[in-house]
Amino acid sequence: MSDSKLYIKEMPADWVPGRDKQKVVSPEYMFHEAPREQVFITGSEAAREAIRRSNVDIAISYPITPQSETMQQAGYLYDEGYIGEYYRAEEEIGTMSAIGGSSRAGIRSLTATSGPGLMRGMEAISSWPGARTPLVLLNMCRVINTPLAIQPDNIEMSFLINSGLIMLHGENQQDFYDYTMAAFMISEQVDVTLPVSVSVDGFFVTHARGNVKMQADDLKLPPRDGWRSAVPAMDNENPPARISRDAPIQKSNFISYHMHASWQQEVFAATERAKKYINNYLGGIVEIINPDADVMLIASGAAVSQSREAVRQSSELGIKVGLIKVKAIRPFPKAELREACKNVKQILVPEFNQLGWLHKEVCSNLFGFTDAQIAPGPRVYGGMTMPTEMILEWLEEGRKDKPWFFQDPF
Amino acid sequence: MAHDNLTPSPGYLEWLPIEYQDLVNLGPYNREKKPKVTDMGKFKEIIEEHPMCAGCAMTLFIRLAMIAFPNPEHTIIVGTAGCGRLAISQASIPFIYGNYGDTNSVASGLKRGLDQKYPNQPKDVVVMAGDGGLIDIGFQGLMHSWFRQERFTTIMLDNEVYGNTGGQESGMTAQGQVLKMAPRGKVTGKIDAMSLAKVAGVDYIARIAPTNPSRVARTIRRAVMIAREVGPTYIQAYTSCNIEYAIPTGDVMQDAFDMEKERYGFEEVISDKAKAYLDEIEKKPAKKAKK
Ligand SMILES: Cc1ncc(C[n+]2csc(CCOP(=O)(O)OP(=O)(O)O)c2C)c(N)n1
Ligand code: SF4
Repeated sequence: MSDSKLYIKEMPADWVPGRDKQKVVSPEYMFHEAPREQVFITGSEAAREAIRRSNVDIAISYPITPQSETMQQAGYLYDEGYIGEYYRAEEEIGTMSAIGGSSRAGIRSLTATSGPGLMRGMEAISSWPGARTPLVLLNMCRVINTPLAIQPDNIEMSFLINSGLIMLHGENQQDFYDYTMAAFMISEQVDVTLPVSVSVDGFFVTHARGNVKMQADDLKLPPRDGWRSAVPAMDNENPPARISRDAPIQKSNFISYHMHASWQQEVFAATERAKKYINNYLGGIVEIINPDADVMLIASGAAVSQSREAVRQSSELGIKVGLIKVKAIRPFPKAELREACKNVKQILVPEFNQLGWLHKEVCSNLFGFTDAQIAPGPRVYGGMTMPTEMILEWLEEGRKDKPWFFQDPF
Repeated sequence: MAHDNLTPSPGYLEWLPIEYQDLVNLGPYNREKKPKVTDMGKFKEIIEEHPMCAGCAMTLFIRLAMIAFPNPEHTIIVGTAGCGRLAISQASIPFIYGNYGDTNSVASGLKRGLDQKYPNQPKDVVVMAGDGGLIDIGFQGLMHSWFRQERFTTIMLDNEVYGNTGGQESGMTAQGQVLKMAPRGKVTGKIDAMSLAKVAGVDYIARIAPTNPSRVARTIRRAVMIAREVGPTYIQAYTSCNIEYAIPTGDVMQDAFDMEKERYGFEEVISDKAKAYLDEIEKKPAKKAKK
């Protein structure tokens, strides 16, 4: 190791950060009009390229598989000047607290984690929405619970569901790229002012390659305006925000019940208001294939890809199966699902977790709005892949008189 | 916030609460001469009313600190669960009140964010939190913010107890002290946070009891200025809890004097870099005055 060198790089005085060489374009142009070129890259690389174009001011994170790859790539982006500030935090509760702090300064803030890291940061994460801190959390799903493993399984998303965050769930590398950029724009809308999480299934998306259509890298999204916000930046440049001073919110232990209640209501109302931006930037909060089919698969994340294949293989057998891809878990596309499922006879919900959190969401939102039977699966977990055959078997079973998965007890 | 930002549009001031009017008309912002602790009572303070216990020394310290901030219009305070925030949240300085123990992590992100947003306007970030909030639940964030050389001030309001949750022992409680959750007396000793700060390379470290208001003010000013220009700073302030330690309200100051003599004497540890900077900002005006 004699030739190894210790150094801290000083940027030369005439250094021009990469960001300063990019041109600002509107989100509308970026998402809907800018020409794109297709590349074949991993999900982590797709995230890096999304970050490059997102005009990010600060990225703070703590390494964990399978997130590490993306956030060390973000380090190279920082070195090239595409991110303004960057550091490895002490651990995840420190990470999530710090990124809440930087967002309060009014700058565009990014963090990322996976399974156990998400759990460790949860106290801080669940306090972001109430603090009305726009920021983006990338979540590369990984198993939680003992025995410890690094495998993909998205059960951790069930812990985010009721935290007040906006939750997007990407199917593949392209989604990871598109959703990440859109997330910043959704998060910073005045009538939203909320953190947005972008989850993808670890490894299947982060470490595998896929086709990604990208805009030119000399374009970037507009910068964040910290005062164009439901709760303005805590920079002492504007009269005190009610949350910090006048509000009963932070005044004492004796805040009124009413105050806390209405603040919570407002947070969840804001997640609903985000829907119009999700519809605009992501081309719809749901994607529906074969809307007139009697049997519908409802899926999110990587399970959508396997479901697409099951739809294709079924059609080769002459059987029409529909698919609803759910892009956002919060706000949940309640109205869209009710409309799409009103005449459906049977619904299957393929998932990558043991609990079936999407199944529960589908059941509670469709109750009373459809006569369809909703199957609790198929599910894989602990990091298994879901073979298309498994979905096809369930579809076949569903065509029988008394499918086993509708028997009681299941 | 600058006086400009505080001042309402013409014709609107009279409709605002009297407290707000006072802040605009008689507050510490944009004055020819910054009010001193000796001017208390002659100007509208950044904080006056608060719901803390009568005679609580912590509130006295918080009040003095707010008078001493060199640039209150560009200061942001970060606090956490614990008694102190009951008063701090009443001030006309933006106050970030996060989860218990998160202060130094939040302040790290905040300060770096503000530096990026305002490269030409120094923004002072000050953490004010209890001993439990910093040395127990917030220990990791505290130490790492120091190791990372984050440029903000940490003030420990050390009442040697968890006041807000009803009087349990903390890491800063002295050995042998009987408190809730230490029914047989605290087994281990008071954590030596001063030494931890030294090891972590904190540029300005001070231990102080609120016996001398001018000294408190000078200490705060030094800490904030050094954090702005040099590196992390730490003040450990004895702010007794008269409720949990059963100190009669009238004896609170006597207790502070006694403690100061016994084991809470004034101590300042200043790095060479910080010393050079202090010489620059404190001595120069004096020389000028002589001329
Ligand atoms: C995560 C979490 N754990 C525990 C608490 C409960 N809690 C609130 S304040 C406090 C103790 C405060 O003691 P200290 O920080 O010393 O401040 P003091 O009240 O004495 O000023 C505790 C344990 C909490 N709010 N959050
Ligand atoms: S409990 Fe103690 S520290 Fe808290 S306000 Fe009362 S006297 Fe002060």
